[in-house]
Amino acid sequence: MDFTVGVLLVTFILSVLALFVFIASMSKGLFGGGGAAAVQIFDANELGAVEDPAATQAQRSNLQQAMDPDSSADQQSRQEVITRLRVDQSSSLVVGVCLTLSVIWLVLASLAGLIASFKLHLPDWWVAQEWVTFGRIRPIHLNLVAYGWCSMAGIGVALWLIPRLLKTELVGARYALLGGALWTGGVIAGTIAIATGHSDGLEWLEYPWQADIPMVIGGALVGFPLWLTLLRRKVKHLYVSVWYIGAALLWFPILFLIANWPDLHFGVQQATMNWWYGHNVLGLWFTPLGLAAAYYFIPKVLGKPIYSYNLSLLGFWSLAFFYSQVGGHHLIGGPVPSWLITISIVQSVMMVVPVAAVAINQHLTVLGNFRALLYSPTLRFIVLGAMMYTAASVQGSLQALRVVNDVTHFTHYTVAHAHLGLYGFFTMVMFGSMYFIMPRVMKWEWPFPWMISLHFWLVVGGFAIYFIALSFGGWYQGLAMLDKDVPFMQSVALTLPYLEARSVGGTLMTLGHLVFAAHFVMMGWKFGPKRLGAALLASPRSGTRKPGPMPAGSTP
Amino acid sequence: MSFGVGKFEMDELRIIVGTMVILSGATALLVVIPYLLLKDEPPPPGLKPYTALQLQGRQVYIANGCVYCHSQQPRDIAQAPDATRGWGRAPVSADYAYDTPHLLGTMRTGPDLLNIGARQPSADWQLGHLYQPRAYTPGSIMPAYPYLFEVRDGAALPGEKVVNLPPQWAKPGQVVVARPEALALVDYLLSLDRTYPALKPLPVAEPSAAAVTPKEGS
Repeated sequence: MDFTVGVLLVTFILSVLALFVFIASMSKGLFGGGGAAAVQIFDANELGAVEDPAATQAQRSNLQQAMDPDSSADQQSRQEVITRLRVDQSSSLVVGVCLTLSVIWLVLASLAGLIASFKLHLPDWWVAQEWVTFGRIRPIHLNLVAYGWCSMAGIGVALWLIPRLLKTELVGARYALLGGALWTGGVIAGTIAIATGHSDGLEWLEYPWQADIPMVIGGALVGFPLWLTLLRRKVKHLYVSVWYIGAALLWFPILFLIANWPDLHFGVQQATMNWWYGHNVLGLWFTPLGLAAAYYFIPKVLGKPIYSYNLSLLGFWSLAFFYSQVGGHHLIGGPVPSWLITISIVQSVMMVVPVAAVAINQHLTVLGNFRALLYSPTLRFIVLGAMMYTAASVQGSLQALRVVNDVTHFTHYTVAHAHLGLYGFFTMVMFGSMYFIMPRVMKWEWPFPWMISLHFWLVVGGFAIYFIALSFGGWYQGLAMLDKDVPFMQSVALTLPYLEARSVGGTLMTLGHLVFAAHFVMMGWKFGPKRLGAALLASPRSGTRKPGPMPAGSTP
Repeated sequence: MSFGVGKFEMDELRIIVGTMVILSGATALLVVIPYLLLKDEPPPPGLKPYTALQLQGRQVYIANGCVYCHSQQPRDIAQAPDATRGWGRAPVSADYAYDTPHLLGTMRTGPDLLNIGARQPSADWQLGHLYQPRAYTPGSIMPAYPYLFEVRDGAALPGEKVVNLPPQWAKPGQVVVARPEALALVDYLLSLDRTYPALKPLPVAEPSAAAVTPKEGS
């Protein structure tokens, strides 16, 4: 009892103290260079100029009109253009490899998820092969999404952002290439292990330790270029996206290593470790990578800095502190020490602080510029993703409250929530980022703009059906399970229409992914009409500069 | 700390030190302290260690992902009517003394299984239910597991375990025989029984406690 009180008291005092320190330092304006730091991502004369390589010529001029029609900001100096071109090219190989792998994983992961979804309401379908039984194809889906698609996409986007943010050519890309290869080997081996019945048995940690070793080493190696490039950086201040990327690349290998250490964890302690990991992999790996991308692309596309730079610092540290302790809310009502669960619930609610910081920053940057979403494919995905981040986080805080958790825990509602975070937020942000990045990597623009629209509406429509259906179904399921007069089988039967609707939504999402993957392949093979301008670093409104590689030694 | 002195700049060192300190704190809280608290906890006297066959069955349970639909942690009656459904009392951490990896689970697409061995102790029922859940529980969405069984024309060999299906599900002239994986899994399921009392018996040496609460037989 004394111990319990002690732990609670220390955590409480630490939390409150941290909050006061932040408020005090913010009121004194001590954090960073404020406005000056926020415009760091722009070149000298670039403020006011929109940038979206995924947009067509017409879209781009509309975008510029919507944002700042009188901008005279199309005079990036030739030196700056050359620098950015070199910076973008320095990462193109490793980024191209990572993103291509991620798209392959996305398609496979979607198919696995779709099969699992259908199996839940068609229990006698495709039962003869053991590798495809629900209890294997579901974790295959989760692991391919988490370690295949999301991680590879996040790493690729981060590696592309690093040289841009530091205005320095990427150093040590070969370490990241090696790391990515090891990581991919781990994902393949781990997936085969699950399919053949060699799972570790812990959610999010199914891959056996033999497959985890290359992933830990690979995860550490993909961080090398960041640290090596930092040593040579040409910018003084590190933009907020760098903090998130740096932190994520440090956190992941440690989390993954501790969680997968064989023969260390046991019984209920393993359960608390499981959810320490399970929530940290979201909060300290995917979320920072997604936020890093959103913090760069939203202001960059719009050509205006984020709303409040100082707030982003509060957002960063409070996210790190609160998010890292929320895992225990997965065990509310379980056989674990109650102080642990109480701390996790409190910190889950405290997550409102970093979420508000990010929400204010990102939403107020976009506010008043919603017309830009019409013209920028990149922005459409990323702004929607940022909104889903706010929604998923607020929902997560509410779900940690005991009164809500009693209903939603153990139900499909939680599954819907997980998809709001990792799909609605993270995946959407990655789609948007890839639409921006790939034309720079390939020096070729997206061949068919209509395919981008089709992708967008398929995944948005599909996900809306998925999320709404599963949330309602899960909630009713939870209420039925709490009612002692309702037989358990009724809580199963009532979910069936919602599970079927989820399969419909999932099918649309998968179709969207196939459209995206097909478009990606077409771009890779340089299909489609060749249009001038969009894929190159031309000034936004003239846009007719001759394409072709800039000679390395050329001077204005 | 340089508050009020110079400018607080987010540099590499601050990112590395800050993120590591915060991660250590969370790890201490959610991993290390539970480790130290639970490391030396003795198993309850009523809980038997798994046999070799039961451990094999537990691996079959893990390999086929039963945990994605079945929890193994009944709720307290104040939180949910689990005990009313016959799923058992709320467990304590010592109930899982032999459970590595843990299989607490996060979903109840199917019912909780921590006490399935006490609730449904018939091996025949368990085997038939694994072969075709809908033969026993109409409306069940549990997958069938035909690959844990062998369907053969003619009779079973001596020593083989024949699955006795309800008449409308049995095919004439064929027998369904349980494979070793199915037998091990059922043995594990039948071992799931935490119906012994959760509380330790009160110490006898303390007269005042003994006087207030008479010792109950366990």
